[in-house]
Amino acid sequence: MLDVAVVRFPGSNCDFDALRAAERSGANASFVWHQDNDLKGADVVLLPGGFSYGDYLRSGAIARFSPVMQAVRRHAEAGGPVLGICNGFQILCEAHLLPGALMRNAGLTFVSKPVDVIVERADTAFTSAYEAGARLRLPVAHGEGRFVATGDTLRELEAEGRVVLRYVAASEASPYQPNPNGSANHIAGICNPAGNVVGIMPHPERADDALLGLGDGAGFFTSISKASVR
Amino acid sequence: MLWEVAIQPAEGSVDREGERTLAHARALGLESIRSVRTGRSFLVQAETDEATLRRLSEAVLSDPVVERFTLHPLPSSRNGRDGERLLNVLYKPGVTDNVGHSTREALLAAGLDVSAVATVRTYRLNGDANRADIARVRGKVLANDAIEEVIEGPLQLDSISLGKDYRFELKAIAIREMDDTALTVLSRDGQFYLSLPEMRTIRDHFRSLDRDPTDIELETVAQTWSEHCSHKTLAGRIRYRDEQRSIEFGNMLKETIFAATQTIRERLGRDDWCVSVFKDNAGIVKFEGDQNVCFKVETHNHPSAIEPYGGANTGLGGVIRDTLGTGLGARPVCNTDVFCFAPPDLPDRDLPPGVLSPQSVMHGVVAGVRDYGNRMGIPTVNGAVYFDERYLGNPLVYCGNVAMIPAAMSDKEVRVGDLIVALGGRTGRDGIHGATFSSAELTEESETVSGGAVQIGNAITEKMLADVLLAARDRRLFHAVTDCGAGGFSSAVGEMGEKTGAEVELDRAPLKYAGLSYTEIWISEAQERMVLAVPPDKADELIALCEAEGVEASVLGRFTGTGRLVLKYGGRTVGDLEMSFLHDGRPPVVREATYAPPKSLPFTLPAKSRFDDDLRAILSSWNVCSKEWVVRQYDHEVQSGSVVKPFVGVKEDGPSDAAVVRPDLKSRRGLVVSCGMNPRYGDLDPYWMAAAAIDEAVRNSVAVGADPSRIAILDNFCWGNTERPETLGSLVRAALACQEVAVAYGTPFISGKDSLNNEFSYTDADGARQTVAIPQSLLISALGQIDDVAHAVTMDLKRPGNPIFLIGETRDELGGSHFALVNGLAGGQVPTLDAGRSRRIFTALHSAIRQRLVRSCHDLSEGGLAVSLAEMAFAGGFGVEIDLAPLAATGLPDGSLLFSESNTRFAVEVTPENAKAFESAFTDLPCSRIGTVDADDRLRVRGGQGATVIDSKLADLKEAWQRPFDWT
Repeated sequence: MLDVAVVRFPGSNCDFDALRAAERSGANASFVWHQDNDLKGADVVLLPGGFSYGDYLRSGAIARFSPVMQAVRRHAEAGGPVLGICNGFQILCEAHLLPGALMRNAGLTFVSKPVDVIVERADTAFTSAYEAGARLRLPVAHGEGRFVATGDTLRELEAEGRVVLRYVAASEASPYQPNPNGSANHIAGICNPAGNVVGIMPHPERADDALLGLGDGAGFFTSISKASVR
Repeated sequence: MLWEVAIQPAEGSVDREGERTLAHARALGLESIRSVRTGRSFLVQAETDEATLRRLSEAVLSDPVVERFTLHPLPSSRNGRDGERLLNVLYKPGVTDNVGHSTREALLAAGLDVSAVATVRTYRLNGDANRADIARVRGKVLANDAIEEVIEGPLQLDSISLGKDYRFELKAIAIREMDDTALTVLSRDGQFYLSLPEMRTIRDHFRSLDRDPTDIELETVAQTWSEHCSHKTLAGRIRYRDEQRSIEFGNMLKETIFAATQTIRERLGRDDWCVSVFKDNAGIVKFEGDQNVCFKVETHNHPSAIEPYGGANTGLGGVIRDTLGTGLGARPVCNTDVFCFAPPDLPDRDLPPGVLSPQSVMHGVVAGVRDYGNRMGIPTVNGAVYFDERYLGNPLVYCGNVAMIPAAMSDKEVRVGDLIVALGGRTGRDGIHGATFSSAELTEESETVSGGAVQIGNAITEKMLADVLLAARDRRLFHAVTDCGAGGFSSAVGEMGEKTGAEVELDRAPLKYAGLSYTEIWISEAQERMVLAVPPDKADELIALCEAEGVEASVLGRFTGTGRLVLKYGGRTVGDLEMSFLHDGRPPVVREATYAPPKSLPFTLPAKSRFDDDLRAILSSWNVCSKEWVVRQYDHEVQSGSVVKPFVGVKEDGPSDAAVVRPDLKSRRGLVVSCGMNPRYGDLDPYWMAAAAIDEAVRNSVAVGADPSRIAILDNFCWGNTERPETLGSLVRAALACQEVAVAYGTPFISGKDSLNNEFSYTDADGARQTVAIPQSLLISALGQIDDVAHAVTMDLKRPGNPIFLIGETRDELGGSHFALVNGLAGGQVPTLDAGRSRRIFTALHSAIRQRLVRSCHDLSEGGLAVSLAEMAFAGGFGVEIDLAPLAATGLPDGSLLFSESNTRFAVEVTPENAKAFESAFTDLPCSRIGTVDADDRLRVRGGQGATVIDSKLADLKEAWQRPFDWT
């Protein structure tokens, strides 16, 4: 059984949701505290959503200095899978494990609603349960989710196929407004060049039970068990 | 040394804040303001050199992808004549600056020796903007006087340090010599807001002790006896008279609201599912297994009038601490928020002096609730917003929280010898006199006099406090807990030590900055603090746990067995009061309450053949229209338990009747949260307003599948000045309805709160004194339960061909209706109800839902049948074909059938196969098949005579419903 570490910062608030979703998919999940210096031998790291340290200064800006992030960096550099969801994505960008930044939504307010996204990379440790091109309905809930990067970085992400999730435009099949935050190139999630570090704004952990509404997110967690680890 | 690090958007970035500010200035007609560039600065007080600060600014303070920064020492050497007008907005000293605080922590972590950080918002206007326009934009758009100040030009500050050394000086007040005039002046100038008989009682008490009170003793009495803390009006003696009856109450609340609960519990006998009612911070009922659930709704009206963001922010923070401080601590699972504002389209020129515009109030309140709830990671799942011009100077902000608590931890008891431990945030000068201020009437000067009563919360401090408190609870490290709310330590310790006595050493409280007097420490309402009663042998373990989680814990004293409240500072006794005087010494006041029914006016239904325009007008009215702009700003899904969310339907944009939440993801049992309120009915009859509020809250819960025999309710009375017998009379009349309807419905009240004196007075342009009282505003919140969340029902239509039924009796009840509102009509009969029959309808509908016979269900409320059908149709994306002929027996004209707001009614969609079984659930109860879902995109209604009375495209109806708050 795979060991999944869910990192808790002061102000993490999707920590229990992420832990439960990992457990539901059959993994052995446990918490790691922001002041811990190691990941207790975990195979996979989840950085959950929330407002680490309040995110008053800038989302993820303080979390990246915490001791546990040194361990996460070592894990990532060794090729270990890391998934940052929402605030976790923001932290990965601040820590330069992913390029770009997540800025205040174009509409200037927090937005909590379902969105439709396309899976563009189905070969990462977190998306292998999906077909490339699959369309998912997932909730977003963030005030700072507008992905911004320099022109060069954007070109690189596109050229190397590192966009993992992209918001899709409204159509018959999708009543939702595309791109809830004004992200560049409608980007909802990206990965690093090696593909082991993934950051996404939508919350798959809130959408893993079809019986109660949304079920499209379960694949992010069932993918983990299929992942080839280190 | 003080430095300014100024952050600007990188070249080519869009300045969205600048665009918004400019749009706002234009809307105010400030035409000389043509360009606004915004930025932000950090003021960093640190002993450092420029190179070090430059390196850290790049690494910590700015985001190199999208921002650029400049750095210079202060005071600024620049003269500011660079062609633009620079306006700096700073927090006033002592106001919580979360960003500044957080930034200081980050810089300390990065190794900088920094003593303080403050944040500044900067606005650069075009240089030729005129004085008058700048003054208006400063006051109306850029800053709020209550918490912020605006400095023009480059900053000339040389320090941002707060606080100076405090020199102890014991103050006594020579109350023994005072006559009535002097007592009245003391009560007002000291912001005690006590009545003359109360002031006399205090004077006589100290005469009998043969000494004068110290300032802290007087403050303690004022806090404890405040309306906010003691509910002396409603829990007091009242002589009530109306057109039929005359009642003498010894304790009005006890004999009406509490009595209803008592009657219901006695009737339930061994099946009683109430656990703790009206004694703790929140009411507690049984949920499942060893889990109980608690619910509390509070108001934070006066602070929100002065500073909407901070007021609403701390309103939600406060009610979360209420459930955290219930029993031995409960785990919050969801929030509910209800607001009352003046209509947002009220022209600016109509605003009386000292009043914030309804739009600013609404933006601030919504943002305040959003930033606290979202950060705490508690989903906001239910709410409502009501509009009436009388809320202009006195908006209402109701915040509620539902939390889970193990059955074995639902009680608490302070023991003699327990240590008094303060947990959480530090104490500052914030929120002094909140309890007494909230019990006073607002005036145009409130903003300046009571500015200190406003606070800004720090949700992360509270999140960490909540986590550590629940961990300590599970290790059984304390005997009792309560929150620091209004009155601060004074109320918390005074309440906890009522039966034992307490001794407090005030200099042990950790302070945000130096300079607080012993009295300020005692009555400060600084946020995010809790008080625990800790057995001495557990103190070390508790303190170690708190340290590991980064939460401050301090031993302030102990609970003694003396029955006295002894306060010390630096070893000197500064206060010594008998608990019995504090809690039982207040003189009883007998208040008069009268009610005379208003003259009933006949209601004439206008002669019309079509009602499409009326329907669209009601859908676009402020109370009925979509509140998606508000709701989408709240995280309503965190914790992953939200099953029925605020918006449902094929595009998730139809208005749900109630929220269904799973508090334990291992179980299928759910909580149902809903509310009911209709201030418009109160103008016609507060009795029926209260009855309708209960009915609405209950029917909303039942509509989604809650078991009507398991619904607990809360009351929140927001009223005007109850010193007037007729105002108090209207409240008592509403309370009597609460008692009678709750007993008939079997829905016990488990907690409640009142907020009186909701009035605003000002001097108008002609120099005349005007007072505006809010409409009588009784909010009923319901907490229901559902056996299996998978059986919950939503309100969107599901399939063409399905029959639609109307459940409940439609009567000629257009008084106070939205049809009357949009047509400018007065008078008419307010909706009434036959409580016994209503209860049978709820039971029958629930039985049909349990048998899975119901595909969709929506309650009928503002706008009646027509509005409900329209909402069901556009939420589901299917048309409907309705025929009113089956309702001919009512003898009502089409307009009444469509728009009457009679209580206890539902529109229900059923499959053709189940139609018969569904109907048989309503034997002897009103149930009519009125139409069918169709695949078309129209709402079509044929009237009683067969003529078409409504034929509208769903897209048009939906557009009408969504347009008013299309603000993004």
